[in-house]
Amino acid sequence: MKEHFLAEYRAFVGNGGGSARAPAWLKPLRARAIARFAEVGFPTTHQEAWRFTSVQSIAETPFSLIPPDTPLPTLDDLAPLLVGGRATPRAVFVNGRFAPDLSSAQGLPDGVRLGGLAAALAAEPALVEAHLGKYARFDAHGFTALATAFLADGAFVSVPAKTIIEAPLQLLFVATAVAGHPMWHPRNLIVLGREARATVVETYAGLGDAASLTNTVTELVLGDGARGEHYRVQRESPNAYHVATTYSHQGRDSALESCAVVLGAGLSRHDLTAVLGGTGGYLILNGLQVLGGRQHVDHHTCIDHAQPHCESHEVFNGIFDAEARGVFNGRIIVRPGAQRTDSKQTNNNLLLSRDARADSQPQLEIYADDVKCTHGSTVGPLDPTALYYLRSRGLGAEAARALLTYGFGTEILARVGVPDVRTQLDRIVRERLHMDSWQQAT
Amino acid sequence: MTSIEARVLQPYKYGFETTIASDVVRAGLNEDIIRLISQKKGEPAFLLEWRLKAYRHWLTMGEPKWANITYGPIDYQAIHYYAAPKQEKGPESLGDVDPKLLDTFEKLGIPLAEQKRLTGVAVDAVFDSVSVATTFREELSKYGIIFCSFSDAVREHPALVERWLGTVVPYTDNFFATLNSAVFTDGSFCYVPKGVRCPLELSTYFRINAKSTGQFERTLIVADEGSYVSYLEGCSAPMRDEHQLHAAVVELIALDEATIKYSTIQNWYPGDEQGRGGIYNFVTKRGKCAGKNSKISWTQVETGSAITWKYPGCILQGDNSIGEFYSVAVTNNRQQADTGTKMIHIGKNTRSTIVSKGISAGHGQNTYRGLVKILKGAEGARNYSQCDSMLIGDQCGAHTFPYIDVRNSTAIMEHEASTSKIGEDQIFYCKQRGLSAEDAVSMIVNGFCKEVFKELPMEFAVEAQNLLGISLEGSVG
Repeated sequence: MKEHFLAEYRAFVGNGGGSARAPAWLKPLRARAIARFAEVGFPTTHQEAWRFTSVQSIAETPFSLIPPDTPLPTLDDLAPLLVGGRATPRAVFVNGRFAPDLSSAQGLPDGVRLGGLAAALAAEPALVEAHLGKYARFDAHGFTALATAFLADGAFVSVPAKTIIEAPLQLLFVATAVAGHPMWHPRNLIVLGREARATVVETYAGLGDAASLTNTVTELVLGDGARGEHYRVQRESPNAYHVATTYSHQGRDSALESCAVVLGAGLSRHDLTAVLGGTGGYLILNGLQVLGGRQHVDHHTCIDHAQPHCESHEVFNGIFDAEARGVFNGRIIVRPGAQRTDSKQTNNNLLLSRDARADSQPQLEIYADDVKCTHGSTVGPLDPTALYYLRSRGLGAEAARALLTYGFGTEILARVGVPDVRTQLDRIVRERLHMDSWQQAT
Repeated sequence: MTSIEARVLQPYKYGFETTIASDVVRAGLNEDIIRLISQKKGEPAFLLEWRLKAYRHWLTMGEPKWANITYGPIDYQAIHYYAAPKQEKGPESLGDVDPKLLDTFEKLGIPLAEQKRLTGVAVDAVFDSVSVATTFREELSKYGIIFCSFSDAVREHPALVERWLGTVVPYTDNFFATLNSAVFTDGSFCYVPKGVRCPLELSTYFRINAKSTGQFERTLIVADEGSYVSYLEGCSAPMRDEHQLHAAVVELIALDEATIKYSTIQNWYPGDEQGRGGIYNFVTKRGKCAGKNSKISWTQVETGSAITWKYPGCILQGDNSIGEFYSVAVTNNRQQADTGTKMIHIGKNTRSTIVSKGISAGHGQNTYRGLVKILKGAEGARNYSQCDSMLIGDQCGAHTFPYIDVRNSTAIMEHEASTSKIGEDQIFYCKQRGLSAEDAVSMIVNGFCKEVFKELPMEFAVEAQNLLGISLEGSVG
């Protein structure tokens, strides 16, 4: 089946590689990446980093790129997915392709870019090339190699130095009901200049129930003194496969708050690497997963304290019902010389059914002595005493369970700083937990 | 705190070498060597067969590379797999044992003459590849307890050995355990019969003496229904520039309502400041709580060895069984340790506790690696893990790699870890109260390790505290 993906690649390059205006350096990069993929193939459970997540079902499905003429959804179709209504500045991607007609960059300050990567590569190559591919390594595993080989389009956000944007910038990736096994490889680059400030919401959603493969790489670069908020919501169809790599690099005295929420996809894997590359950096890396059915989610996070005097806080909560399974691997590295590091990591997993399962692997690797590092991890069912308390106050068994589960989720949602984003996430989680049905009943 | 290197380390106390004529088989590893070892020990056919099966399997395996340790290649053909002090024939009583051997153990603080011995501890002394003496055997046999060297057990109780050998650590288990299964030479064997509470602390003292040898001992402890035994293990080796391999296997079996408490004070030669010499301590230790309400408790104080690679684990098979792991691991100079535990919950309402304290100083690298696995049938299983690391000096490292795998939703699992250093404010406070910096550190370190030390039998708790003081001497100024 590896041969199928290699053939897809040859066809892709033969068709001009997505865009005729692609820069010259992209060709050899793609060639190196596909050579790497041909060498390593898809990861297997024999590899330590993929021990709990089998991607055999992806490796055995003939995913293919789809022609560019698929019909576009209307703005009405997208409305429920938009944060803060239709006025939000946004870049919309349909089946991996930038859709200018559905996007809007109105009202943004001068110099701010919000749009497609392919267009930016053609129009302002210097701006893009300064960062693209400088952070995320394409040889990490088969998926990143594949994403680099098929690199064509994705989102590009650039906020110049000292520019402050209040409204959240939304990157919306929707999959329409396409037959067969479509795949796309969005490549996103978000750059916040020196002392710039912005919020980016990255949403992946399915409008149909396509059995698609999203294989995306996002690079996030924060200049010195920049403040960024990055929210990532994945609510694709339960038939979909979602593989993502997010790589952030922070300059001196910068602050990044991020939260990754996963509700969708049958199988999803997200590798997050956050590098604190300047002194005085501050990082919040949170995550919430609410899964049911036979869904499987795997998060591998790595916080790299490369410089002294940085602070990082990580909280990942997982809620697993039915036969869902969650995997968490959180690594914290404190490099030699990264003194006065303060790092805290927590992973809590709530198992709501007999067949749900959670695997948790926190890891600390510390090579400096003047540090404060802790991690904690828990796995368990709902607390029976808390349930008893709620029941003694007159709540039904269902309502008590839902309320406690919701409370477990709000631990993460309450930390989301932007009200519009928080409201939207809160609504999605409540829907997912059927909170409204029992509220009306009682 | 001033520089670490400014102070001289106290030399390793047990680094002397005993000059004694030894019977050493030629270096190398092949089926003939294994047959020779088996023949020298007069073993029954089943054991030789087992060794050969293990050897053939070992040839198909590769050395594990996943641990967070670095070392040069080991030449398995350059090791002498058998070395024993020359004796006319097996000593009938303590009087027949070569006085040089008795002196050696005397110098190590393990007097074998029973009248001198503090009552309450029976010792099996292992020198290179053989057990030289086992004290209190008579006394223990009155209770039906079998406590002897592994070789004696093979001769005198072959049925028991055949029944239990390899039931917890099969010969296919891992590279070093398989190697041990092929070439193991001696070790201790203990069987505690039904309903007996062992009146003495049992202990084994391991001494590596001969050059270019490896020590491959095997310990097997079986606690029958309702019995109790507390077992201690100590070890040391001479100072040498070469690395020596120690690949032991320990198997514990606790049947219904039985309790085994296993304590280790590991003080192999750690090598010098530059990391020259020292023992590679690659050990497989595992206990099986086979019966309901059984309990196995591991306590370890690891201060020696150039490299430590060991994960004493518990298979909690019986319902309501309990596994415990208490560990203090110290790495100083160039020492490396990758150690932790495995708790496999199979039975209902099984409980496990893990308390691990790592101390790194100098260029030491200390890794905790632990697995907590709660299988589907382990209703109501409970685990609590705590791993704390303390860093002394800015060149050392502390790493934590817990693996948590929960497959039952009624199970509750909690894991906590922290890493910190001794605060200058804490030292300042102690100094201001009249303590020297050295005493202050020693007090803080002992406090840090207290939860583990309290699990050790009394005499050993004192020894452990002293040992810790010695290991860290010079790391704080």
